[in-house]
Amino acid sequence: MTVGTWEAFRLLVHRELCLSFRRPEQLVQPLVFFLIVTTLFPLGLNLQLSLLRDMSPGVLWVAALLSSLLSLDSLFKSDADDGTLEQLVLSGQGLTVIVVAKTCAHWLVTGAALVIVSPIVATALGIPVDAFATMMLSLALGTLTLSWLGAIGAGLTIGLRRGNVLLSLIVLPLSTPLLIFGAAATDRAISGTSVMGAIYFLAALCVFTCTLAPFAAAAAVRITLE
Amino acid sequence: MTGGDFWSMGGYARFVWPCFGFAYAVLGWNLWSAWRQRTAAKIRAARALAMAASEAR
Amino acid sequence: MWTWFYKLASPPYVYGAAAALAPWFLGFAALAIGYGSIAGLAIAPPDYQQGEAFRMIYVHVPSAIMSLTTYTVMAVASGIALIWRIKVGHAVAAASAPIGASFTILALVTGSLWGRPMWGTYWAWDPRLTSELILLFLYVGVMSLRSAFEDPARGDRAAALLAVVGVVNVPIVHFSVVWWNSLHQGATIVKLGAPSMPGSMLWPLLSMWLGFMLFYGAVLCVRLQGEVLNRERQASWVREAIKS
Repeated sequence: MTVGTWEAFRLLVHRELCLSFRRPEQLVQPLVFFLIVTTLFPLGLNLQLSLLRDMSPGVLWVAALLSSLLSLDSLFKSDADDGTLEQLVLSGQGLTVIVVAKTCAHWLVTGAALVIVSPIVATALGIPVDAFATMMLSLALGTLTLSWLGAIGAGLTIGLRRGNVLLSLIVLPLSTPLLIFGAAATDRAISGTSVMGAIYFLAALCVFTCTLAPFAAAAAVRITLE
Repeated sequence: MTGGDFWSMGGYARFVWPCFGFAYAVLGWNLWSAWRQRTAAKIRAARALAMAASEAR
Repeated sequence: MWTWFYKLASPPYVYGAAAALAPWFLGFAALAIGYGSIAGLAIAPPDYQQGEAFRMIYVHVPSAIMSLTTYTVMAVASGIALIWRIKVGHAVAAASAPIGASFTILALVTGSLWGRPMWGTYWAWDPRLTSELILLFLYVGVMSLRSAFEDPARGDRAAALLAVVGVVNVPIVHFSVVWWNSLHQGATIVKLGAPSMPGSMLWPLLSMWLGFMLFYGAVLCVRLQGEVLNRERQASWVREAIKS
């Protein structure tokens, strides 16, 4: 019985989500890391809340970037280790569909979770409540872009010794525009000026990455698996 | 420009001369490193050929 | 007509061509850089605003242009190697990466030394400087990725993909002074229309640019020989080639 592309996508996402929720501790770790890193800044700098607010967009985004990087290593690793990845490739479904399904599922459990947790972190950093909407929108767009950049990096570094260090080395330079515009959007929301410029740019980056990255990530996995 | 003027570069000597010096250093490093790499590759190739020849025997 | 293109895919041909061309490139590079340095340091008149400090342009601009050019060559060679599976492409990319990284470091350092007297600071988080720094990280990433694989062929392909993905940064560096309010000055040579610089200042600069290009060609040829040898160690033509 042949399975259509959309059906395969649905099945794969379902599989990924099931596997993720089977170990809830693994899901929570990047979020806890996000919270811990964000608390390190006020503790280390010993600032009043009003001064912390000026730095908060940058701190928030750097923490989000670093905690997303932590979870990217597992995108392909466990499936590559036990041979499932090769079986999926042999299934004839096309590597792009597989990569899209895995990355979407990954974003749902990491990026989307980060967006949901962000108001807590934002309050700790002194970000006013009316900036929350922009902050969450910018984080949503940003983490999605980051999941895709990370998929390319993860595909290139499957099974390498010290692969996660190399992964960070590859993904972080590519994600600097994201950091700049994401922090700018939140910063403008806090100061009350128009955020649309930065949001449009983030959205453009997201669209650009989401359309081209699947092919690059599939090519990366193909290179590593050959 | 007089001799003294040349070396002092209108007061900017401590920027201009290290700048050019570093540039020539980088160019020099490129040459040295490339020659070293090529020599090492030739040695490795010779060794590989010798090993293949002795295995064929 | 296309035979020259097919020849370029042949490792022994490329090895021989690189060996023959390298001394010529190096000789002309020395002449161009020599003239450019002397004319730039001694003959060109001092700038109205910047005085003698502007002379740093003669090393900063060529190295910055070369950092971008080298990355583009690396990305194009990587693309050709990935699409048409031509191994020589990987050799060109592997040879270009360290040269390009050194040009990028040179551009950043000379720019920093020029920035201190002109802008009052050794560094600024401005779009041009930041994207050039990202370029350096990309070079390092490509080199690290290539060396991380035990199978060199796989390492070549992975590094090639990364080089192609990262080429998006090259237009960002070039157009950063147009798209954003940048501390860094805009384009004076590589733009549409006549250059905005007088001849006596321009000729040494063009000569240095040409010299750096030829120098890149020379070093590329030397490294390329080494890289081709590394990928073709067992081939029959190698025995004759390494005797020289």
